[in-house]
Amino acid sequence: MAYVAVKGGERAITNAHRWLAEDRRGDPAVPEIEVDQIREQLSLSIDRVMSEGSCYDRDLAALAVKQARGDLPEAIFLTRAYRTTLPRFGASLPLETGQMAVRRRVSAAFKDIPGGQVLGPTFDYTHRLLDFTLAANGETPVEGALEAEEPQAYPMATIASVFAHEDLLEPDHRTEDAPPPFDLTREPMAFPAGRDQRLQALARGDEGFLLSLAYSSQRGWGSTHPLCAEIRLGEVAVEFVPDELGFAIEIGELSLTECQMISTGAGGVDAAPQFTRGYGLTFGHCERKAMSMAIVDRALRDAAAGEASAPVQDEEFVLYHSDNVEASGFVQHLKLPHYVDFQADLQLIRRLRHEYAERQAAMKEAAE
Amino acid sequence: MTAGTNEPERYYNYAYLDEQTKRMIRRAILKALAIPGYQAPFGSREMPVPYGWGTGGIQLTAAIIGPDDVYKCIDQGADDTTNAVSIRKFFAQVADVATTEDTAAATIIQTRHRIPEQGLKEGQVLVFQVPQPEPLRGLEARETETRAMHAYEEYGLQYVSLYESVATYGRIASTVGYPTMIDERYLMSPSPIPKFDNPKLDDNPAILLFGAGREKRIYAVPPYTRVRSLDFDDYPFETQTWEEDCALCGATESYLDEVVLDDSGERMFVCSDSSFCGDRRAAGHAGSMAGHQLASLDKEPA
Amino acid sequence: MSIAFDLARVSAGFADPTCESQQVFRKLMDAMARPGTLHDLSVAPDAPMGLDRAAGAVALTLFDFETTVWLDPALRTEAVEGWLRFHCGAPFVADPQQAAFAVVTDLAAAPALSAFNAGDAKYPDRSTTLVIQLPSLETGPPATLTGPGIKSKATLSLDGLRPDFWAEVQDNHARFQFGVDLIFVAGDRLTALPRSTRVVPEGD
Repeated sequence: MAYVAVKGGERAITNAHRWLAEDRRGDPAVPEIEVDQIREQLSLSIDRVMSEGSCYDRDLAALAVKQARGDLPEAIFLTRAYRTTLPRFGASLPLETGQMAVRRRVSAAFKDIPGGQVLGPTFDYTHRLLDFTLAANGETPVEGALEAEEPQAYPMATIASVFAHEDLLEPDHRTEDAPPPFDLTREPMAFPAGRDQRLQALARGDEGFLLSLAYSSQRGWGSTHPLCAEIRLGEVAVEFVPDELGFAIEIGELSLTECQMISTGAGGVDAAPQFTRGYGLTFGHCERKAMSMAIVDRALRDAAAGEASAPVQDEEFVLYHSDNVEASGFVQHLKLPHYVDFQADLQLIRRLRHEYAERQAAMKEAAE
Repeated sequence: MTAGTNEPERYYNYAYLDEQTKRMIRRAILKALAIPGYQAPFGSREMPVPYGWGTGGIQLTAAIIGPDDVYKCIDQGADDTTNAVSIRKFFAQVADVATTEDTAAATIIQTRHRIPEQGLKEGQVLVFQVPQPEPLRGLEARETETRAMHAYEEYGLQYVSLYESVATYGRIASTVGYPTMIDERYLMSPSPIPKFDNPKLDDNPAILLFGAGREKRIYAVPPYTRVRSLDFDDYPFETQTWEEDCALCGATESYLDEVVLDDSGERMFVCSDSSFCGDRRAAGHAGSMAGHQLASLDKEPA
Repeated sequence: MSIAFDLARVSAGFADPTCESQQVFRKLMDAMARPGTLHDLSVAPDAPMGLDRAAGAVALTLFDFETTVWLDPALRTEAVEGWLRFHCGAPFVADPQQAAFAVVTDLAAAPALSAFNAGDAKYPDRSTTLVIQLPSLETGPPATLTGPGIKSKATLSLDGLRPDFWAEVQDNHARFQFGVDLIFVAGDRLTALPRSTRVVPEGD
């Protein structure tokens, strides 16, 4: 009986949890996957969970992926619900991505740039042919990458430095006395959104949503004609100034992907024409996300300039709908019982139908 | 004080939220009470249940609950719907509170989509889970616009919409989440309760708190506050009525759910408020299908 | 936070912050929901000199690093500031317009209610809540209260108000949705008057 299923109660919930655990484990004849295997071998899943989960912890992300049976939005939700309970000791100094120990850096704007093009670990030029040797049991032989002939430049010049002496690229406006950045995890979204709020929301935003928005912009729905000036992947030190010391100490390092998109800016009465920027940053290696974020960031600047016409340029539309923890919860809450609401709708429809039938009957009578 | 509060081995803080988050929510509650019907933004946190599943109500409850409270949680009016069971269990675990299904015995009642049939009393707090706090959202998608409408008390759009409903359907066709005016100042969504429950909001002795976790808003109606359901002189506000009575307890004036019994269109109507219905049956009231197996499902299986 | 203070001279806060702040908050919530009702806060610890126990309890329950606090000059002592800084971590502000909370113990000398932040048309909650310490909440001339939270009407007899204070409160109510909200404390007792309450002093 359907009614019994709805009025399931505590026993039904407990049983559902047991069944879920059983399904998560799969065939017990197959060895259980270890959290460290997930961490090491599904590393791009880990990177996405850390980015959108707003919590840099590879082991925790691996646990979340395991518990979520590989469902990444579910793993992101688990991570968020955990991080929100953590005490906050303070804020680090701004990360200096210019000081990144670079593993990958490419620019599409120039054939060569100072520091060179460094492909790094990328899928880009792999042929997308299933590699059946990976399916074979046992160890897959890995040939290590060859050493570069010349040591890589450190620090590697950023795209901004390439433009520095020509003033062609708008500078980053970060002043020493700037107020602390907006923090979405402490206060709700407010509009018009500052760029700090926008970037934080995008960094936490769903990769698929941002990817599609960025794509829509490329196809002409609010086009910004983006050009990928630089993507860099590597490790950056995190520095923190403890109150009791009064000077910065290094407390760890993060793997980051950074993307700078540039678009032409026509300038104005008070501003010379210049390239403008869109910015993307993620934990780990999330290149698709970082590029999408940079395009959407740039497109949303048109909203501030009052030129919004496409979805990607509408900050309320983009920022209110980018969070997959919110979106997933609300879409899926439709599974909860709504029979009180539905009873109200049923009543209304029945009454309207009754009135309709009466009107039809009256018209028929009048016609006869 | 119940033993166990703040045990060092407790993995999460008492009532789950950290103290700083509780303070932030508490401050928002005070402002919401001071400005009845106004939607106060708050720094809603991720909860261990999904957004849309009661995170606003859970955060409100977590911010106010103490070990001396008696907690009741209902969904669709019933104590034994799965999500209500799940949330009630959560607070029994993290807040060491006694739980009850008895409306009169509860100090905090958390609800989704209903107000209990039994009248509330002074000292009780009714916490509503709210999916969409903005009554105007269906008419205007932009928060920047609707916030300005509330700021300048420009509610013409709402009246136009009700008028259009009259023109189309011959009546105000809104059935749940029927818009209310709080103390003649703020337009407020009562959350998706059926309009049957709207009159219970008016002049209620209990504190009514509304929490929208995903939308990050808290609002409130203090006790004994005037809550008016919008209408027109020639189309006055009216609530739902049924031709049927509750098949289990015979109640004639409660909100009824329709239960489909078989494939041939056979159905029965029963009280949505399971505690109210159970109390009536215990007091000897009987409906046309008293003794039906549904009656035994109201309480948790042993 | 660079201002040093002597920990040994900071008196205790809540013994069990989780439990006690919850108890105090429920009374505060009830007070704000039912204007003019009196509540007992004897659960709270002693506050430093100059602050009554109820005033200290409100501070420990609501103030933290996210709330700006304005103190009246009588409270700008090492004992009070050190206590609030240690237990709440709240930043102090000198401008009443910047204050999320204001603590007033010398009402006669305090700025007008209109000097504090009355909120924004779109965000009227971004306004100052004043905690006003009086000699008594029960022995003054009675005033009649009506409005949300009050069944027909209520009476409140605050003692130690400055002349024309009720006129300020009436002006504060008249500009609803703008306005400040008031928490009154005396000894262990507390009551509240949100901006939504209409007040008429008896005899008016």
